[in-house]
Amino acid sequence: MTNPQHLRYTKTHEWVGYDPATKTVTTGITEFAVKALGDLVYVELPEIGELMEIGHPFAEIESVKAVANINGGVGADITEVNEDLPNNLEWLVSDPYGKGWIAKGKVAGPDEWNRLLDAAAYGKHCESEKH
Amino acid sequence: MHRDDDPLLYETSRPGLRAAPLPKPEVPVPADAIPAHLRRKAPPLLPEVTEGELARHFVKNSRKNVCVETGFYPLGSCTMKYNPKRHEDFVMSPALFRVHPYQPEEGVQPVLRMLWEMSDFLEELTGFHGVSVHPSAGSHGELTCLMMIRAYHSEHHPERDEILIPDSAHGTNPASVTMCGMKPVNVPSRPDGLLDIQAMKALIGPRTAGAMVTNPNTLGLFERQIHDLADALHAVDAFLFMDGANFNAIVGKARPADFGADCMHINLHKTFTIPHGGGGPGSGPIGYVEKLAPYAPTPVVVKEKGKFRIDWNRPKSIGPVRTFLSSTGATLRSYAYIRTLGAEGVRRIAEGAVLNANYLRVKLRDVLKFPYDRTCMHEFVASGTDLKERTGVKTLDVAKRLLDHGFHPPTVYFPLIVPECLMIEPTETESKATLDAFADALHRIVKEAETDPAVVTTAPHTMPVRRLDEVKAARDLRVRWRPEPAPAG
Amino acid sequence: MPYIPHSAEDVRAMLAAIGVRTVDDLFEDIPKSLRARRKPRLPRPITELELQREAAAAAAKTETFDRMNAFVGAGVYDHFIPAVVQHLAHRVETVTSYTPYQPEASQGNLTFMFEYQTAICELTGMDVSNASMYEGGSACAEACLMAVRVNGKGRRKILVSRGLHPEYLRITETYLRNIKDVVVEEVPLKDGVTDLGALARMADADTIGVLVQTPNFLGIIEDGPAVAAAAKAKGAKLLVCADPISLALLEPPGAWGADIVCGEGQQLASGLAYGGPYFGFFAAKQEYIRQMPGRISGETVDVEGRRGFVLTLGTREQHIRRDRATSNICTNQGLLALRGLVYLAALGPTGLREVAEGCLANAHYAAERIAALPGWSLSFPGKPFFHEFAVDGPLPAERVIASLRRKRILPGVALSRWWKDAPNRLLVAATEVKTRKQIDALAKALASAK
Repeated sequence: MTNPQHLRYTKTHEWVGYDPATKTVTTGITEFAVKALGDLVYVELPEIGELMEIGHPFAEIESVKAVANINGGVGADITEVNEDLPNNLEWLVSDPYGKGWIAKGKVAGPDEWNRLLDAAAYGKHCESEKH
Repeated sequence: MHRDDDPLLYETSRPGLRAAPLPKPEVPVPADAIPAHLRRKAPPLLPEVTEGELARHFVKNSRKNVCVETGFYPLGSCTMKYNPKRHEDFVMSPALFRVHPYQPEEGVQPVLRMLWEMSDFLEELTGFHGVSVHPSAGSHGELTCLMMIRAYHSEHHPERDEILIPDSAHGTNPASVTMCGMKPVNVPSRPDGLLDIQAMKALIGPRTAGAMVTNPNTLGLFERQIHDLADALHAVDAFLFMDGANFNAIVGKARPADFGADCMHINLHKTFTIPHGGGGPGSGPIGYVEKLAPYAPTPVVVKEKGKFRIDWNRPKSIGPVRTFLSSTGATLRSYAYIRTLGAEGVRRIAEGAVLNANYLRVKLRDVLKFPYDRTCMHEFVASGTDLKERTGVKTLDVAKRLLDHGFHPPTVYFPLIVPECLMIEPTETESKATLDAFADALHRIVKEAETDPAVVTTAPHTMPVRRLDEVKAARDLRVRWRPEPAPAG
Repeated sequence: MPYIPHSAEDVRAMLAAIGVRTVDDLFEDIPKSLRARRKPRLPRPITELELQREAAAAAAKTETFDRMNAFVGAGVYDHFIPAVVQHLAHRVETVTSYTPYQPEASQGNLTFMFEYQTAICELTGMDVSNASMYEGGSACAEACLMAVRVNGKGRRKILVSRGLHPEYLRITETYLRNIKDVVVEEVPLKDGVTDLGALARMADADTIGVLVQTPNFLGIIEDGPAVAAAAKAKGAKLLVCADPISLALLEPPGAWGADIVCGEGQQLASGLAYGGPYFGFFAAKQEYIRQMPGRISGETVDVEGRRGFVLTLGTREQHIRRDRATSNICTNQGLLALRGLVYLAALGPTGLREVAEGCLANAHYAAERIAALPGWSLSFPGKPFFHEFAVDGPLPAERVIASLRRKRILPGVALSRWWKDAPNRLLVAATEVKTRKQIDALAKALASAK
């Protein structure tokens, strides 16, 4: 599994990208999470205007026998959601860090984002969870 | 799509056919009784078949079910025991079946007496101050108990809204807590599978309304320290709810009120008898201490001067949680069971269940891994982790392969705290020979996993269908039949 | 006599294999202080023959509907049950199986659930149905909880018509009392039906949903589309509690905008059974399926492409979602729902219409006869009704009931129990099972009631 270097990660397996030009974050779930969940059947997206909060669920993803929260990695006002995703769940498998994004939001700055795990630290975290 | 051989009733339907004729009304059907805009425009689509076709459909399809009367069904936590036939006839007796919940009480004294006696029997067996036979099922009784606890606290400590629940609990426990407007607090179990009493005590705080404990727990182990927990809860005016899902393991041998429990539910279909009916009906009476009695649901049957009547006048009651007194026919199947068993017979339910579980446990020691290898109560859990690591065969595969060997699988992947879990409950009504045969089958399946894993991982091979695509079912939802669209042109 | 198939020798062999001496040794984990100190005090065990004698003695002392000329309804109705229901629904394969956790071993039950769901969708005019709830009252409460999940954001009020069965209303209040920031308000009746003016005033931007029963508890067919319009005008969801037999003649709630339709299934071959077991039916619009409580059977295929059925959308339920489940309900009322399916299939659309027409005919004939008696009148003249109606007599209804009981007639239910201001009001039900002679006997007896 390769976790892109330009993204940051949470221990609960969300990834967060940050665009300093627009002060916007983009978030989704990692390849590790997708594999752990197995065959996906549903994603429940948040509504635009809702708040994303650190460590709090803002969306949900389901396989046949499990349901997982998608938690906020940073605090943000949700400005955009991936409306096409519920009908194209295979994107989460084929392109979790691209077409499989879940929501975007406005943030005040990069501070919270900077505090998340980088790709190397997240990779280590995944290794430890496998055991 | 390729279709299986047996069509749905809807697919055999042809206009004009019917199975059950009715006499013509003796009085005229008024033509304009229903205002035009409220009249049905198109009839509902219902099957139109003859009685013979109807019979064939239900017989053919019912034979695709595995059931207790065709074979061993060791579904852990579900208590799939044999249900005697005499109770089926008993509850179809006109005194119980041809009576209406709103007819004058004087004319239905016998059914009221039986419901009253049933409460009495259950008070005796649980040790509680009172028993209500009102709730419809175990989880319904559990919810009712929580509502009573909530009602008590609303009066005395309105801020209390947290309920402690060990992580081995049934999913109904936290679900009921939420439905009752409270918050579950999850408490990890100890490595030996028992309650972490110290951790639970440490979590008792100003918002604690109570705790829910299943005893024996979902691993089939008796919670020896349950009274300590009860004492700690009582010290701060909080309550202990005992989930009675496993009461069948101790009925007649121990009384939950003596454990310090303040309330409990009883799944009558597990402890006593009600055929499981493909998922119901059940009946979920609750027992409670005197302190909670004012909050018990209405209505209740009371006895006054030798007469029975229905009482709604309980000012502090939470109110009703279902329509009418009780799921009478379900409740009284178990009443008949207790009447035919008597005290000694009831005690032997628990003894038989525990003997069978322990016997099967030792018979399976060399094929499965036992995370808690010790004397169990009415059920035990084993883990398929070793097998999976060795052969790649998962617990789910073993479960499916058991079907080919003529057995219904145990409960799998519950409790959540045991990986690759199998939860096995033989019940008291199975013979030694059956348990031996089941153990043999598991031994054979493990051999198969070692020598020819594919036969296990692709099982079942002998059922009416092979493994089903659950992902497709959830993604392309089809939850009702629709007629094929007429061909174009 | 317990149902334990062990010989003494079996027990010895089993104990030896376990490595204990006695069965009691297996209970060592229960501390002595927690064990029962004495044998439970229960009546002496009886045999099947004695049980049969008790049932016969009980029947002799009971005013069964076979023996009484009964017009008692109020939510539980005496309908004809064809013999096929008992014979086909109560096969051991359905009676002694359980929730279809292993679909390969449960295709029968899953098929029946799927067919049942289809029939309920057709009756109610809705897109999706679950595999049943406990009974009508708790189904209404669950409908309100579901409405909170669907439409509770920024809204906090559930409006319930006073025409809802009074027990259902109380059950709904019991369930919703504990839900934070949600209140239940009662919409009054006017001339026996939901007061549309009051409803229009009470419904506002704060209203989650409106729950109305039709035919309502007083037997009157509500103007559903008008209720729907009042609810929808404020963005509230419409929850309808319906009588399944009446839906053979009445436009289904789905056609006039209902979001959730539920109700008592007893009418579909559960029998009277003194309060249960019955089943509740529960259907909704497709878009709300993920918020539905209860089990759902869904169609799929097996690895060979054969059609099969599985429990689907299990992630809504307590065993997976735990504290965030849509409900704590674990079972459906499988056997009773199956009885309902056999019944509906035995009758078909024509038979069900005939049952409904028989109800309509008998109830209207009875109403006409009673209203023509001196001192008796319809409580809500001119209002459309199905198989039940309220009448006002010259005497307290309780007294009328006591008086007619002596003539082996049960004329109905006294509404004074719920409406103290109407002591003389009687709720009379006449279904397709009543004969003209029985109705004439009721009228004659009412005329001379003292």
